[in-house]
Amino acid sequence: MDHIGWLASIKVAEEEKEGFVASFNSVLDYFHQLDELDTEDVEPTYRVVDLTNVFREDEVSESMPQEESLSNAPRRENGYFKSPRIV
Amino acid sequence: MAEKDVIIGLEVHVQLNKLNSKLFCGCSTDYHDSAPNTHTCPVCLGLPGTLPVLNRGAVEYAIRVALALNCEIQGETLFYRKNYYYPDLPKAFQITQYDFPIGLGGKILIKGDDGEEKTIRITRVHMEEDPGRLVHAGTIDRAKYTMVDYNRCGMALLEVVTEPDLRSPKEARSFLDKLRNILEYLEVFDGDLEGAMRIDSNISLVGGERAEVKNISSHKGVEKALAYEITRQRSARRRGVAQVQETRHYDELRGITVTIRTKEEAHDYRYFPEPDLVPMRIADWVPRVEAELPELPDAKRERFVAEYGIADDHAKSLTSEIRVANFYEDVAKRSSPRLAAAWIADVLKGELNYRDATIESFSPGHMVEILSMLEADKITEKGAVEVIRTILDAGGDPAGVVEAKGLVKVEDDAVKEAVQAAVKECSQAVADYKSGNEKSINFIVGMVMKKTRGRADPAEANRLVKEALDEI
Amino acid sequence: MLRELKEVLAAGASAEERVAALFEKIKRSKLNAYNNLSEDSALERAREFDRAPWSGLLAGVPIAIKSCISTRGIETNCSSRILKGYIPPYDAHVIERLKKEGAIVVGKTNMDEFAMGTSTESSYFGTTRNPWDLDRVPGGSSGGSAAAVAAGEAPCALGSDTGGSIRCPASFCGIVGLKPTYGLVSRYGLVSYANSLEQIGPLTLNVEDAALVMEVIAGHDQRDSTSVNSEGGYLSGLDGGVEGLVCGVPKEYFGEGVDPAVEKSVWDAISKLEELGASWKEVSLPHTKYALAAYYIIAMSEASSNLARFDGLRYGLRLGADQDWHTTFSEIRAAGFGPEVKRRILLGTYALSAGYYGRYYLKALKVRTLIKQDFERALATGGADVLVTPTMPFPAFKIGERIEDPLSLYMADVFTVPINLAGVPAISVPCGFADGLPIGLQIIGRHFDEVGVLRTAKAYEDATPYHETVPKEVV
Repeated sequence: MDHIGWLASIKVAEEEKEGFVASFNSVLDYFHQLDELDTEDVEPTYRVVDLTNVFREDEVSESMPQEESLSNAPRRENGYFKSPRIV
Repeated sequence: MAEKDVIIGLEVHVQLNKLNSKLFCGCSTDYHDSAPNTHTCPVCLGLPGTLPVLNRGAVEYAIRVALALNCEIQGETLFYRKNYYYPDLPKAFQITQYDFPIGLGGKILIKGDDGEEKTIRITRVHMEEDPGRLVHAGTIDRAKYTMVDYNRCGMALLEVVTEPDLRSPKEARSFLDKLRNILEYLEVFDGDLEGAMRIDSNISLVGGERAEVKNISSHKGVEKALAYEITRQRSARRRGVAQVQETRHYDELRGITVTIRTKEEAHDYRYFPEPDLVPMRIADWVPRVEAELPELPDAKRERFVAEYGIADDHAKSLTSEIRVANFYEDVAKRSSPRLAAAWIADVLKGELNYRDATIESFSPGHMVEILSMLEADKITEKGAVEVIRTILDAGGDPAGVVEAKGLVKVEDDAVKEAVQAAVKECSQAVADYKSGNEKSINFIVGMVMKKTRGRADPAEANRLVKEALDEI
Repeated sequence: MLRELKEVLAAGASAEERVAALFEKIKRSKLNAYNNLSEDSALERAREFDRAPWSGLLAGVPIAIKSCISTRGIETNCSSRILKGYIPPYDAHVIERLKKEGAIVVGKTNMDEFAMGTSTESSYFGTTRNPWDLDRVPGGSSGGSAAAVAAGEAPCALGSDTGGSIRCPASFCGIVGLKPTYGLVSRYGLVSYANSLEQIGPLTLNVEDAALVMEVIAGHDQRDSTSVNSEGGYLSGLDGGVEGLVCGVPKEYFGEGVDPAVEKSVWDAISKLEELGASWKEVSLPHTKYALAAYYIIAMSEASSNLARFDGLRYGLRLGADQDWHTTFSEIRAAGFGPEVKRRILLGTYALSAGYYGRYYLKALKVRTLIKQDFERALATGGADVLVTPTMPFPAFKIGERIEDPLSLYMADVFTVPINLAGVPAISVPCGFADGLPIGLQIIGRHFDEVGVLRTAKAYEDATPYHETVPKEVV
């Protein structure tokens, strides 16, 4: 659970862990019924729409002004988004 | 020196900054001198609800590069999500290629450390988007906070991955120089722009684990970083400390590499195909793109040798940059190709390097003029060099500079007169020379140069003085 | 109903009065159908319309928009704490189309947080109540949109459907809800939950209104690489009747687990269709029982990636002092997401992680192929033209009844999720009541046969009274 929490970048509190693990297990057990099906020769369906080669031309379109880009930023400075330190 | 115990592989990220727009949105690629966050839109900023749409031009460039690197183009190719968290990645995933990249199995030829031609195999070429740029308030490990600029986010990148065929920092450097040259020939990127080429390398000693060194942003940086890393690994080995598989960050300022991640903490990127994009089937583009490829460096070099009759070394030097190659051909058509080759490859390039200038600082027309003056024996070689230097430093044109600096080659008669006079005056030196001191001739030649105010051809003066002395 | 509204407005009735009256009603309401209103801009636009009326398929018509569809300048929070206060600087493609045809956006409706749910109970802003019984859920995840339309708090609304999120609340609230064929309506601007499954669609009081809204919102958008062209004709094809239509009745959608009142209503509906000239035959969609597991694996996996961007850096929740980035982001996400969203992100992360990808995600994609083939076989030429089933196995349940047991809540989607896996279109229309609670009939069509689905629904609706019944609870 800790490793998944780290991968998902969600801090799972101690008191939450048990509940999550329990519901996890019941849901995963439910998922396992798929094992009943033999899908050896079945192709996976990644998309239900049958398109290929969708492109846009290499043309410039207008960017947002700086103020609009930053408009929802909780913290900003000198035109930058302000992020917590890396380390 | 080819080091028998070093194994190096490179992952080069090339920014396709000659496209007009980014990989998945229409923001302009011309962000380099702009204020932060002025080249973003909802798509490249990853705002909730936005979707990517693929730039056709980027695919075109990618095929161009993959073909030039001798890769097999994949008939069906698609994009994947690489999921990880970092402030420079607004969607918390990078749209990249994983299985079915656009190009597989290519090669580049370089000159190995042993002087022989060597094949460096290219594992794959694939497309991906650039993340944003972090600006730290201080060094990465000591900053209190970090600032983020997403102008660069979403730029089209090509990743070129090599097999671990390189054996030294010098070979790595050669590879990168060659790769950059090819890319500039293809006109897919301008290597001078900031961030145009970023390198990660994998390096290990034979029998040991490898370290991945990230964040190298220049060719010189690669040589330095790898040299440092080899030393570090060797010294660790001597001390009995085993190398573990790890990721290290290259600190350009301090010239060292520092650990940022070990294998245990390795990212699990959870790749899956990008549901918001559809596959590309581009096999039928290949013949056209192939036919439209420009002449590449190796081919141009061979042609220069065959067509202009110049030495291979000169051809190599002239084709090492497309702009220089074009300059040469422009000049060679209007003067003696061999002379042009020597003067551009040996002299002009040197003068430009010394001044950190590019070939654009010199006019082909001026070069043609100088070469014709040389051929007409109107100026000496020394004089020609001075003309080039003067024009680079202070401007002007060849005829004007020659006039102003009095560089017209002195007539033979005047030189002979000066020789006669010098021999008369330097009686002591003459005597010394006659009694066996060969070096005394230099004093007399110096006197000749003084008398002609440096305009005599030194080699010619030397010959005439010797002739005169022999007659005594 | 929209037709009458347009006629009345065209005849000179005041749009401003109508919009103002709507806001009055919303503010008096006990339903909690809306997260936020765009009162000033809506009234201003209504005033403009009164001054100089414009033409358009939805000229002067007020519309409510599910909270997860981006509206420029109007808070779009997906009923989540982590996006509280987020104001998009752009309109979703469908919003641009609505505005072009003259519609007036009145506000953003309540939903299950990030569309993950079947009851709207997981909303950060409290659940929405069912207008037919205030102690019951309106369905989800587009519960706010459905309740608003059913209660007269909006003449029409947009919702989104990933695993039944339009059809379920339509069924529970006794109105019409359509999930279009995947690719027909642009997703540009829809905050993604599961991108290979979801579509935006209309929630309306009758079938003609749904067809009208489809005329406006369907069609190619160059900003959505998965979007296709629309042939249109939803309105013009509406009144063809069902003479000669073959209805397939999948046996897996009846029997155990289905409320008897629901089953009876649906069979009555099938009889009604027969009366109108259609015929029916039993078909089989043999992989139906595996659809839920396949759906949830795919949806959770995609969700875990789609929701990764919420970290408080460019928009959304930011807590007190920052620490190092990983800790900070992890804490923001822990505080900003509700338990169901967290559960799905964690499960999805797990399903995609190294060593498990083949077992879960890839497996689910293969099962998806089998399910899609089931539908293609059943709806092949010579087979059935449409499929007819219950929308939900039971009518609206009580608030709090299922939310504590995630798996039991997931099971409610058993008849709706297979449709999203296959990408086919489906509509829910009211077909009866069980103790005063609405029951929904689901009509499923071939890919891109919206016209056929709408036409069947219209024929049924014309011959039945259910769409005219109004909830007594409505204030």
